[in-house]
Amino acid sequence: METFDPTELPELLKLYYRRLFPYSQYYRWLNYGGVIKNYFQHREFSFTLKDDIYIRYQSFNNQSDLEKEMQKMNPYKIDIGAVYSHRPNQHNTVKLGAFQAQEKELVFDIDMTDYDDVRRCCSSADICPKCWTLMTMAIRIIDRALKEDFGFKHRLWVYSGRRGVHCWVCDESVRKLSSAVRSGIVEYLSLVKGGQDVKKKVHLSEKIHPFIRKSINIIKKYFEEYALVNQDILENKESWDKILALVPEIQQSFQKSHNSLQRWEHLKKVASRYQNNIKNDKYGPWLEWEIMLQYCFPRLDINVSKGINHLLKSPFSVHPKTGRISVPIDLQKVDQFDPFTVPTISFICRELDAISTNEEEKEENEAESDVKHRTRDYKKTSLAPYVKVFEHFLENLDKSRKGELLKKSDLQKDF
Amino acid sequence: MEFSGRKWRKLRLAGDQRNASYPHCLQFYLQPPSENISLIEFENLAIDRVKLLKSVENLGVSYVKGTEQYQSKLESELRKLKFSYRENLEDEYEPRRRDHISHFILRLAYCQSEELRRWFIQQEMDLLRFRFSILPKDKIQDFLKDSQLQFEAISDEEKTLREQEIVASSPSLSGLKLGFESIYKIPFADALDLFRGRKVYLEDGFAYVPLKDIVAIILNEFRAKLSKALAGRSPTVWRTARSITTPTVRSSSPRMSAHHMVAIVGFLKRYTTHTGCGWNSLYSHREEVAKSASVLTARSLPAVQSDERLQPLLNHLSHSYTGQDYSTQGNVGKISLDQIDLLSTKSFPPCMRQLHKALRENHHLRHGGRMQYGLFLKGIGLTLEQALQFWKQEFIKGKMDPDKFDKGYSYNIRHSFGKEGKRTDYTPFSCLKIILSNPPSQGDYHGCPFRHSDPELLKQKLQSYKISPGGISQILDLVKGTHYQVACQKYFEMIHNVDDCGFSLNHPNQFFCESQRILNGGKDIKKEPIQPETPQPKPSVQKTKDASSALASLNSSLEMDMEGLEDYFSEDS
Repeated sequence: METFDPTELPELLKLYYRRLFPYSQYYRWLNYGGVIKNYFQHREFSFTLKDDIYIRYQSFNNQSDLEKEMQKMNPYKIDIGAVYSHRPNQHNTVKLGAFQAQEKELVFDIDMTDYDDVRRCCSSADICPKCWTLMTMAIRIIDRALKEDFGFKHRLWVYSGRRGVHCWVCDESVRKLSSAVRSGIVEYLSLVKGGQDVKKKVHLSEKIHPFIRKSINIIKKYFEEYALVNQDILENKESWDKILALVPEIQQSFQKSHNSLQRWEHLKKVASRYQNNIKNDKYGPWLEWEIMLQYCFPRLDINVSKGINHLLKSPFSVHPKTGRISVPIDLQKVDQFDPFTVPTISFICRELDAISTNEEEKEENEAESDVKHRTRDYKKTSLAPYVKVFEHFLENLDKSRKGELLKKSDLQKDF
Repeated sequence: MEFSGRKWRKLRLAGDQRNASYPHCLQFYLQPPSENISLIEFENLAIDRVKLLKSVENLGVSYVKGTEQYQSKLESELRKLKFSYRENLEDEYEPRRRDHISHFILRLAYCQSEELRRWFIQQEMDLLRFRFSILPKDKIQDFLKDSQLQFEAISDEEKTLREQEIVASSPSLSGLKLGFESIYKIPFADALDLFRGRKVYLEDGFAYVPLKDIVAIILNEFRAKLSKALAGRSPTVWRTARSITTPTVRSSSPRMSAHHMVAIVGFLKRYTTHTGCGWNSLYSHREEVAKSASVLTARSLPAVQSDERLQPLLNHLSHSYTGQDYSTQGNVGKISLDQIDLLSTKSFPPCMRQLHKALRENHHLRHGGRMQYGLFLKGIGLTLEQALQFWKQEFIKGKMDPDKFDKGYSYNIRHSFGKEGKRTDYTPFSCLKIILSNPPSQGDYHGCPFRHSDPELLKQKLQSYKISPGGISQILDLVKGTHYQVACQKYFEMIHNVDDCGFSLNHPNQFFCESQRILNGGKDIKKEPIQPETPQPKPSVQKTKDASSALASLNSSLEMDMEGLEDYFSEDS
């Protein structure tokens, strides 16, 4: 994939918003079947324009209005906010206190920087194949809980474009959840606690909640390859000192062993001693799991999830620094997802150019409408499979909606 | 509808209708009451409930909640004040009705500040927790259903399927099997406090909650609803369905002068809200149901405030002292001045002990101290002459000119005995008044040491009083929990060497009386020969105060201590 040049953005974005952005699917999503009046019209969008100009409280009347504005403004970044009580672009005309955020999807933001204390390969905004497994595990663990424990059906996972993933939970009842319940959900999903000054960040009590047990089972599948081979967390003194801080006794056996795998085996032996001797004060019965969790369990930012009016980067938005498109992730193929193969805006624009020149002559004769022209354009690029994932998600939403309507009409006995 | 004083009594509901309106001995107060009541009953119900909630608070601090002692004492309080708590064979309608109405009256009084709201909600929750704890198991399901809570117990098959998971999730369950435990399946969002801490098993959007934990959920629901009602946070418009009816010209109480109106207060002020689709709330349909029932109390205040009869009452309720006022001169002349030094260490509460010491050391006290201590001394039985002598002697030691004393200070002393000016016989300050008003500044010695002293200084003071270190740390813990009066009770117990002081402290003079009772083996205060002064006639409390002046007096400064309504208070037993 060609390197991306941020200075090209203005031109690239023009093309992207004119020919590639999947407006009709996007509108289909946020309109939610038009069941609630003005749901789309009361939705806040925010645009970040060239030179970091940031405008909030954008709102649109319909799909075509949205298209026109985006093409006019050429935003570098698009964020999605809440559905408000009034049209956000008229919020200044509303009586003080009456303009309120009312509904929004439940969102999660998992950022690789939050794992800097436990990954050895990269730090801050960098990612590499060795640490991306953290995201894979995070998606599996969180998605399982959202689906099986909370019963949430419509979950859209999106690559953020640089160093993390987002999740949008779009069930009807979930959009209405209060801030308190959202906070509670994040708390339920949190296990790693403490900042820089805390050495041991995971403490398990005697009783292991099914959520923890199931999460451990997921981590176990990845741990050896991720932590002991790729991250090599017990490679040398410097790296294993961090573990020793949690289990000081095993210093000796660490030096004798040859690699991380061996050392981990030793650690497991020591830890199991404590498992049987529950009365000891030093370590709980689940030491081995606590270490695995500290190194692998997802870390969520509660502030992103709890606020109903919180703005989050929109799917299919472009990341201004990497040029990558925020594409939906196919849950069926989460292990295969590779952030480095996600198309950049420059890549798909070039793809489009190449294809278009070939087809131009053919289409000039067919006088097709502009819209149809556009809806097929993305299909010719590497963006296509990702839009498909998105469409699959939308179909499920549609099915659910129809199911609900049927249920309601059954209750009212309308035939 | 308007009813005459006598006729409305006949409009009692027939038996079945009465039971239908209050099917349970406890409730969530979802519907405001809809009858008319007299102003007197309004006051009485409010005062009784304040007494109840104060007992709840006191007991909650003195005993561990849920223990046998706590439960039995709370039950007797409820019985004494005639509020409902348990299904009895006797007619339950009246206690339930009193419970219902008094709760809503207090909402109006306690919604006015964050601190009051918090206090009110805490006590009401403790009360509900107690009532629920004595509810028989078979009544629980019915009560839950009637209170619009969708809790259903799951079948045995469903239990066995998830047995391991449920046991592994709930800290309240010990052992490995569920046995006969009832497990309730509720939407996860209704179990917020449980699931956020991973203390319950979640599956497909439902929480599987053991009975023990259901109580926590119910209390949370209750707290959320009550909190919302007190704050009136709904963003949309409300409207009053009825404002207070104009008072009819009727007298229903022999205590009121015929010239004045007794208001038959239309108590129902329904404040409906368009809660709409339940924005920012748990689940929309629940709000729809609660829509018609919530009373947005803070919003209702403006209308209430415009009613001059209610506002003073409501203002004072939360600050009210509802016990004996110690103004009756039953023990006049029984103390001699040379006893005071000894009494101050043996029978004075710390606030007065500290004032006395400061007076002796500095030969002076500032105004706040003179008021607090002076009235206390009056309450323990000092006559006016004794008081004049006492203060003058001390002030002169401070090189004060005797004439200056006569001119300045003696007038004030006579004033406080009701011998000057408007001749009101001021009553000694209650604990509540001392704690809540007129905090001391540099150079002052009044106030409540538990409330106003720096903890380090308080500790030193207690050490100088020879209190044991164990006792001191208990007292300091109580102070940290802002339970100042209970801390004083602890002090009482320590200096008298008893396990349980046997009373709920509300007034410094009460401290003194109780102390004397113990020290004199239950007899009255020893009689001392009366000083050669002319005995003063007992200032009597006017019995024929009108309603309007009673309430007008409420409007004046707090010093009056609800004087005009003394008649309506019964003595604390």
